[in-house]
Amino acid sequence: MLMLRTLASPHLARRTGTVCRALRQARARITTQHGNLPSSESPITPNLQFISSVTQDGSKIPTYRVLDGAGTPLEGAILPDIDEAMARRMYENMVQLPIIDNLMYNVQRQGKLAFYVTHYGEEATLIGSAAALAPDDEVFGQYRELGVLMWRGFTIDNMMNSCFGNCEDPCTRGKQMPMHFGTRAYHFHTISSPLATQIPQAAGAAYAIKRDPARRGKNCAAVYFGEGAASEGDFHAGMLFASTIGSPTLFIVRNNGFAISTPATEQYYGDGIAARGPGYGVHTIRVDGNDVYAVYSAVKEARRLCIEEGRGVLVEAMTYRVGHHSTSDDSFAYRPRQEVEDRKRIDNPIARFRLFLEARGWWSEAEEGAHKARTKEAVMAAFRRAETLPKPEVREMFDHVYGGEDPWMIREQREELSRLLRKYGEAWEPWRAELQKHKGAGRELIGEQP
Amino acid sequence: MIISARRVLGLRPVRAAQRCSHRWNTTAALQQTTEQGGVLPSVVTSSYLRTTRDTALRAPGIKWTDESAGGSSEVLIAGRETRKMNMYQAIRDAMSNALMRDDTAVVFGEDVAFGGVFRCTMGLAEEFGRERVFNTPLSEQGIAGFAIGMAAMGHTAIAEIQFADYIFPAFDQIVNEAAKYRYRSSGQFQAGALTIRCPSMAVGHGGHYHSQSPEGFFLGSAGIKLAIPRSPLQAKGLLLSAIRDPNPVIFMEPKILYRSAVEQVPIDDYQLPLGQAEILTPGSDVTLLSWGSPVYHCETAMYMLSSPPGGLDAHVPSSLRSAKVELIDLRTIMPWDVDTIVESVNRTGRLVIVHEAGRTGGVGTEIGAEIQKRCFLKLNAPVRLVTGWDTPVPMQFEKFYMPDPLLRGQIRTSDERAKLYGLLASIRNGS
Repeated sequence: MLMLRTLASPHLARRTGTVCRALRQARARITTQHGNLPSSESPITPNLQFISSVTQDGSKIPTYRVLDGAGTPLEGAILPDIDEAMARRMYENMVQLPIIDNLMYNVQRQGKLAFYVTHYGEEATLIGSAAALAPDDEVFGQYRELGVLMWRGFTIDNMMNSCFGNCEDPCTRGKQMPMHFGTRAYHFHTISSPLATQIPQAAGAAYAIKRDPARRGKNCAAVYFGEGAASEGDFHAGMLFASTIGSPTLFIVRNNGFAISTPATEQYYGDGIAARGPGYGVHTIRVDGNDVYAVYSAVKEARRLCIEEGRGVLVEAMTYRVGHHSTSDDSFAYRPRQEVEDRKRIDNPIARFRLFLEARGWWSEAEEGAHKARTKEAVMAAFRRAETLPKPEVREMFDHVYGGEDPWMIREQREELSRLLRKYGEAWEPWRAELQKHKGAGRELIGEQP
Repeated sequence: MIISARRVLGLRPVRAAQRCSHRWNTTAALQQTTEQGGVLPSVVTSSYLRTTRDTALRAPGIKWTDESAGGSSEVLIAGRETRKMNMYQAIRDAMSNALMRDDTAVVFGEDVAFGGVFRCTMGLAEEFGRERVFNTPLSEQGIAGFAIGMAAMGHTAIAEIQFADYIFPAFDQIVNEAAKYRYRSSGQFQAGALTIRCPSMAVGHGGHYHSQSPEGFFLGSAGIKLAIPRSPLQAKGLLLSAIRDPNPVIFMEPKILYRSAVEQVPIDDYQLPLGQAEILTPGSDVTLLSWGSPVYHCETAMYMLSSPPGGLDAHVPSSLRSAKVELIDLRTIMPWDVDTIVESVNRTGRLVIVHEAGRTGGVGTEIGAEIQKRCFLKLNAPVRLVTGWDTPVPMQFEKFYMPDPLLRGQIRTSDERAKLYGLLASIRNGS
């Protein structure tokens, strides 16, 4: 049931606009008969009737799809305006993700890396949505969004240095766990572990964009999160604020069926996350997250609506988390291995897009081999370099707690560590060994006079 | 919990505010006549309120934001004006200044558009427009998260949490997000342009959720600052500093002072420094440290120590009446002004810390530990804490709960006498 994928027929409404029109017409019929409640637009009806779904007939919200599992356009589907160069770039980025994931996952298993999360199965959602955004739209992520950064130009070197938290880490300078990327240059706000906190923040950032004459009408804030995070109070707050106050926030939920071990059936009883959008007055679409063209089209249109109306828009991308939750998780403890294998075979976002490209003559077996080899080589080179670079200077531990002048406790505690390092840095083995791993071996602190 | 807030003060906010003001003014106006015929100082008569233009303009640490670096402040003071304001008017004035000078500044929260349940935002929406002064849905985590997002874009976000008691739903956003935003991105992103204002402390009838002083909960969240003003002039200067400080700041406003504290406030744009305490009355025998509304309780206690009203007479030995108490207003809770307190305690040898919050885990324990470390050889007595009890703030028992309820005009009850005695005893123990 989790794998359920509605095959969107061309007869079904693909745009929220059609649904809205139908609702309006139905509402108008009732209204003329018995009038409205004075304080709302609610039409009065003599029928005792409960509602459990946002659709008129009680059916589930349809899933928008452009390419079928074999990469063939659905009948009636309109292909997005993507030329060969763009399509190839999208595919190359999609393929690159699992190559990085494979390596990083394995080196984590070897103990060379503290932690890692893979993106298996969500490549189309990440690259399709990233390609539909403007490069300077503000992005707030959860942690499974490396693809968005890669699309924007974040290099494999950057990625490796950040995961190793070494002295060239461009994101957190070794202060956060691996995968907590963030870079101002690419308008990608630093990831933090607490789930969903970024959702109302994105609404605030979007409001700032709306107030900025240089960016108003040009940019939005896009926020990514999983279907599990959508259970947090901050999801409610973010959706509510973006719609009520009015801020161009693009909510992109990766519904991959699991929050660690918890299946989506234990996360909510309603029709996924998409069904919540209309409750907040937010334009909403559900899209096949394994169809990169559908994701691209949906996000592009969602972005347009969001900026034009200056309010929140919700995109629910239906995917499947093929990999384990993280390197600290063995997902076969709560789901059958066969289910995952089937999923990889039957509904693989990369294979689907490759079939489409090959049918057009935009990609070939030879190119596939060459690209994979090139990527593997680049990834290995970046990995070997990142692995050997020292950690940042120990002094940096105290940097950026506060802006402006450091308060006395920060100053005094930095001096206290300096004194301790002078006294015990050599004598205490755990410190002696650890100091050698840092750039400058702590000399910038040890040399400091008390 | 907000529903209860609205029941108490928000459902018909203006009327509720009037009701409160009536009570507060009544309380504040109780200039207790002692049996000897003397008048005890209270908030309205406090010597710490600057009631003349000249004393207001010469408030220590005042920094005129329009003053050039080389300008002589003497010259510039000559043309400056002050106006009599209560604390909510001074806070409104500060926000008006901030909005005027900074186009990115916005003010938002629950019910701020019509002027706020405490009138701190009166007229701001009309003056600056609903795009800049607006109501939010009723969600504290949303308010804090939204404000962080704005601040992360470099926009000045002045958010209001209706009561400090309701800041806890936003605790995650404040502690895990706002406080760490700069550190975790190594300075690439930060939420420094964020200020969260919230009314705090007891009001006489606020019960559990309209009385709290939650400043202690934020002590351990490195990355944020926290300030509490004691008067209108302080409130304006410290709030403008908070708004412009490059760090997220929580600004707790003692709500009982909104109307009762009145003084001359400079109408120009000025700031008072964060991180600096202010010595209100110099002394040499004991250091009395407080912040917010209890500062005025301390003032009363000092007066009663030197001339105890009838009935308490017997409890204050004549040898103590000439004790010289140094009263310090901490003003900034984080980072607190360790230098001023250490210097004072090294001179007096005794420290009494007074705050409304319960004792365990409160700010007093943190300061006490630091002072005992730094002033060990100079201390003549243990550091003494006079605080609320370790219970929730109780509705019908508030006068027995608060550390020093003497200002309520109830000095004849034995319990208050015990409280006063507690304060005096600590001075005596040390002598």
